[in-house]
Amino acid sequence: MNARSHRRKRTGRVMTALTWTAAIVAVIPLVIILAHLLVNGLEQLTPTFFTQLPSPPGVRGGGVANAIVGSIMLVAIAMTVAVPVGIGAGLYLAEHRRGRFAQAVRLLADVLSGLPSIVLGIFAWELIVRPSGHFSAWAGGIALGLLVLPLVARATEEMVRLVPVALTEAALALGFSRWRTSLTVVLRTAMPGIVTAMLIAMSRAAGETAPLLFTAFGNPFWSVDPARPIAALPLQIYAYAQSPYDEWRAQAWAGALVLLILVTMISIAARAVVGARTKLLSAVTPRVGRTDE
Amino acid sequence: MQTPLGDRLYRTVTTVCAAAIPLVLVLLTAVVLHAAWPALSLHARDLAVGTTWDVPHARFGALPATVGTLLSSLIALVIATPLAIGVAIFTVDVGPPRLREPVSFLVNLLAAVPSVVYGLWGVFVLVPLLRSTVMPALLPLGSAISLFRGPAYGPSLIAASLVLAIMILPYIASVSRDVLLAVPSAQREAALALGATRWEVVRDAVLPAARSGLVGGVMLGLGRALGETLAVTMVIGNRHAIPDSLFDPAYTMASLLANEFAEASSDAHLSALMAVAAMLLLITLLVNLLARWLVRRVATGLPGGRWSGGRW
Repeated sequence: MNARSHRRKRTGRVMTALTWTAAIVAVIPLVIILAHLLVNGLEQLTPTFFTQLPSPPGVRGGGVANAIVGSIMLVAIAMTVAVPVGIGAGLYLAEHRRGRFAQAVRLLADVLSGLPSIVLGIFAWELIVRPSGHFSAWAGGIALGLLVLPLVARATEEMVRLVPVALTEAALALGFSRWRTSLTVVLRTAMPGIVTAMLIAMSRAAGETAPLLFTAFGNPFWSVDPARPIAALPLQIYAYAQSPYDEWRAQAWAGALVLLILVTMISIAARAVVGARTKLLSAVTPRVGRTDE
Repeated sequence: MQTPLGDRLYRTVTTVCAAAIPLVLVLLTAVVLHAAWPALSLHARDLAVGTTWDVPHARFGALPATVGTLLSSLIALVIATPLAIGVAIFTVDVGPPRLREPVSFLVNLLAAVPSVVYGLWGVFVLVPLLRSTVMPALLPLGSAISLFRGPAYGPSLIAASLVLAIMILPYIASVSRDVLLAVPSAQREAALALGATRWEVVRDAVLPAARSGLVGGVMLGLGRALGETLAVTMVIGNRHAIPDSLFDPAYTMASLLANEFAEASSDAHLSALMAVAAMLLLITLLVNLLARWLVRRVATGLPGGRWSGGRW
């Protein structure tokens, strides 16, 4: 009896130690990658890195100003595609919980978000680049937009579902029509959460490279014309990393550091908005009771 | 009473938005299949089992890329799965409550790192490390274990698998965490009341109930790994041959597309690449559908789970 309980305790300790190991091992790559980025990228991060155009190989200096502007444009196009449609779809999904169609859409949205991003690039190429005959920022932005569309839709759905039903009922009881209730009461209450979702979608879109390879294509020169090929930060990093020139490789590290800082800043902003949402919801919830039907 | 105009309009607009998502998926599949059709009808055999990729001679053997895709993803899964499930158990049941939130935050941060950054790190840190230290240390074993046979170039199947493992770990961990959290706490309390130790609670009460969801999470990770492009392209070595050892350079379907698609000159080449894209699309579609079905089974407590009869 005693030996048996000893053995059980020992097994428990061993398994606990194993999960500790897993947690530590899982966090190590993050630390290592961050350290390398800081060590290799920080010294390149001069003000000119943000203001100049890429320099030819062998010439020191130069920057990624065009790639930063390009990335901003691509993300803007992507959000213009994904946000209105995504919010509309999210509202539909939240309002039709059990419907057959809604369940199918939910499943397919999840499936779509799991597909390889390069396939979306090929789709945009076939749809836009091939007929128009040249690479363009439109094609890249739309590919990114389709990539984050399911994310925006599903997140909007989750956020709208958190809005207390009693709030909706109160609005309806006051004589609001359904559409006004949805847009002015439900959507507004859920807005901080939806903003969070959009920020996460933005950071995802900003970091993607594969869908841009044959759509936005990259551009070493200054361009803000959405109908032309455009530079993007991840594309620039990819091109620099594969080049044989030390100056360019060093710039790749700096670019990666900038990209990571950008993505992290967006994530932190998203968390701040989440805090606001929780406060907002808890201000409403106690009086109206449960948050779910 | 008739529904007011505004409401009808609202319903139509949101329905159209919702319909856009399946529409994109269907259109995507149709467009890729249509573009792949010429190659699929002409070179079906070659694409499926051929091993020579020679564009000028119209040989499109995609088997090395298919095998490379599957191998790199499966090895990544073998590495990442135990770690990810370990982390999930740590953050839900075993770890000190104070550490649970920070650990899952840090692991989620791994998911936020863009894939090109992993690629960069892989090329300039991981590959040189493998070439200079890890591979020479393991090469002597090569005579006994063919997995470790040289020559050791650096860019290799194992480099790609390691990078993939780091990349999919957070996905598997976060789905597993959600699944473990969905197991009712009454189940844990019941096991505790029967005198189970903390580990026995996890083993006997939590994991069996969460099993299909955990499998689903692993499959979602598999879907990610199969389609991952940039990071893999940068470290796998891009050689059209089926790898014999972990140290051999290899190829994946996604890297093949990344490397050749923009430069495809002839229609035959383009169509063959479209066929590769179509195969990749179909494989990941299947994996994702299966994964979602498994995860949902736990989330909704539908048939299959051992505890599905109880109050969920």
